[in-house]
Amino acid sequence: MRARYIERMKATVRLQREPFDAAAEAAELTRGRADVGAVVTFTGVCRGSEQGEPIAALTLEYYPGMAEAEIERHVAEAVARWPLLGVTVVHRHGRIVPGEDIVLVVTVSSHRDAAFAAAEFLMDYLKTRAPFWKQVETTSGKTWVDAKAADDSAAARWKAPRRGREAAE
Amino acid sequence: MSTRLRYFAWVRERIGKPEELIEMPSGVRTVGELMAWLASRGEEYAHAFENPNVIRAAIDHHHVRSDAAIKGAGEIAFFPPMTGG
Repeated sequence: MRARYIERMKATVRLQREPFDAAAEAAELTRGRADVGAVVTFTGVCRGSEQGEPIAALTLEYYPGMAEAEIERHVAEAVARWPLLGVTVVHRHGRIVPGEDIVLVVTVSSHRDAAFAAAEFLMDYLKTRAPFWKQVETTSGKTWVDAKAADDSAAARWKAPRRGREAAE
Repeated sequence: MSTRLRYFAWVRERIGKPEELIEMPSGVRTVGELMAWLASRGEEYAHAFENPNVIRAAIDHHHVRSDAAIKGAGEIAFFPPMTGG
């Protein structure tokens, strides 16, 4: 288990093989604070099928060192873009069976718009930029999951000129 | 000076090893040129780099494009498009 803290911000990025406790991670960000008005918790879960085929498990490979660095860069960008009070990202690796959690993003802010937007931004970038690769295990063997164009376009929308607060900053 | 190369997912499987140290040939200046040189090293490399347009690269833990200069790189990684999250 690895933990990294970004200076002066309540931000944690952790990669681990073990399951995580989403409620406990969210509670950790809000404990003892009176300035929190919104907590968004996103959990990505391993489905029991991939493109209609039942699967036995997913195995996630990652690039140690770069995965942490890349996620931290996106957390720092989210903190720069939205008035966040806390961010936690936990990404599992290794073998994960259907029904188990894969990834957790928790964002905390005074008002909901920042927490919602930042959680979505972080998930879109985790999908396309964090160096993780999923391998699907079925009864007929193992195959690597293909990247989805829909994930690329979801991430690309955050690059478009933005109206409102971000544009004014 | 030797450079560490790292391979992930099906790039690693096709090449048959997760990493190696190489002496960078003179004349190889960009990530794209390095992929072309690697592809000429044998069947397993040719298979891994048969479609260089789909291969992603990183230099010292930062994503780079194939026209990125490799001068000064300590570690260069090659991998398929990412599927995390």
